Amino acid sequence: MHHVVVDQWSRGSSPVHRRDPRAKLIVLLVFLIALATATRGLALLASGLLLLLMAGLLLARVPVGRALARAALVLPFTAVFAVVCWLAGDTARGVSLALKSYLSALAVLLLISTTPLPALLRGIGMTGLPHLLLEVGQFLYRYLFVISEEAQHMTKAAAARGASVRRWMTQAQRFRASTGALAVLFARSYARAEDVHRAMLARGFHRSLPLLETRRFRVGDAIFAIVASLAPWILRLTAERLLP
Amino acid sequence: MKPLVEVRGLRFRYEDGTAALNGIDFCLEPGETVALLGANGSGKTTFVLHLNGLLTGEGSIEICGLPVEKKHLPAIRNKVGLVFQDSDSQLFMPTVLEDVAFGLLNLGMDSSAAAARAEAALETVGMAAASARAPYHLSAGEKKRVAIAGILAMEPEILVLDEPTTFLDPPGQRSLAELLANLPQAKILVTHNIPFAMALCKRAVFFAGGKITAEGSVEEIVAGRGWDFALQPGKSR
Repeated sequence: MHHVVVDQWSRGSSPVHRRDPRAKLIVLLVFLIALATATRGLALLASGLLLLLMAGLLLARVPVGRALARAALVLPFTAVFAVVCWLAGDTARGVSLALKSYLSALAVLLLISTTPLPALLRGIGMTGLPHLLLEVGQFLYRYLFVISEEAQHMTKAAAARGASVRRWMTQAQRFRASTGALAVLFARSYARAEDVHRAMLARGFHRSLPLLETRRFRVGDAIFAIVASLAPWILRLTAERLLP
Repeated sequence: MKPLVEVRGLRFRYEDGTAALNGIDFCLEPGETVALLGANGSGKTTFVLHLNGLLTGEGSIEICGLPVEKKHLPAIRNKVGLVFQDSDSQLFMPTVLEDVAFGLLNLGMDSSAAAARAEAALETVGMAAASARAPYHLSAGEKKRVAIAGILAMEPEILVLDEPTTFLDPPGQRSLAELLANLPQAKILVTHNIPFAMALCKRAVFFAGGKITAEGSVEEIVAGRGWDFALQPGKSR
């Protein structure tokens, strides 16, 4: 089976993994606010926050280099806006945008690398987000792997019949083959959705997905939330004082 | 004693006009294990989907004396535990424990009692250690066991298993047969796996064209219908 790396990281065991998802969500939110609203001493603040996040990754036993590289996936998107700012003569704004987006992505990555998505969704659910949205997210997460495996099987089946020999196929043939495969994948997913619904009905499903309440917000979670939320603000105040 | 399942004159036609069931009469006695044999498309799966009201046809079905009608569906779905062919369709919750507890929470049980009973069901199928894992991290055999645990947790009186040996290797099939043999519930097995059916069932019925066309021991059905896979040396080449 092929599972995404971040999902594997999230199943680890570390002091950060053991914290309640709600505590981690609060910390992330505070971190993002501290970063997004910062205007002065940004270079120093960004360095400090980067070190803070790297310390978090080390504490969580997540491979730091790979995490830093993955967070950079966001850069091509922000680079466009950064270049626009640079061309407009506002280089500082472009740099600020790139730094903030990269650090935000790294902070989100730290959260999802240390919290299995089901636990994260449950944590978000306890903040009052509509359950329907969470259930959609939950099903998407559960069946993403099943559908991606089906897609991989189809790709292998196509390759076994010569589809990988690209020079033998014209652009139009490749397009036709891809659309056909997508249609089959959609039909299979639709059929699976019907099967899943049937299986749910067979076990008495009527309105919404019931959830087991298995987690309590402990004193340790509260202390973590307070300390970890204060850290980016202390860094910011220090940066603003040193570089006004 | 009244049969657990009593079906009389069941007929069903799909929306596209395909007549899937053409007058089924069937009974299941307490403690009995019956194999449903027959070709693909002969109506076996369509039949079992009627037993807890997932499909509704003409004719009468009674489960433990209750007619399968809308008002009895919650009670009937508690009595008939249906294990689907593809475990991936059955295990839809994020973790094994939550999946096994799903049916119990739907019955209105509180979280701690549901978790305790789900853990006990996982223990029964030998999957207690997997309770915190995500279903997609399990092997086919483990998924099947968890799917059965999800049904057992609801303490049904009848277990219906649709092609339970699909995707299982021979040791997995043997282990599943041992597990099922030790469960006290009456069982209906939809299967093409003759050795598996022989190991568990004293009685079998044979489906063809949406009807039950033969009934007897698995051995009698296999012999009478040529329903086995004994290649004669040299003839298949």
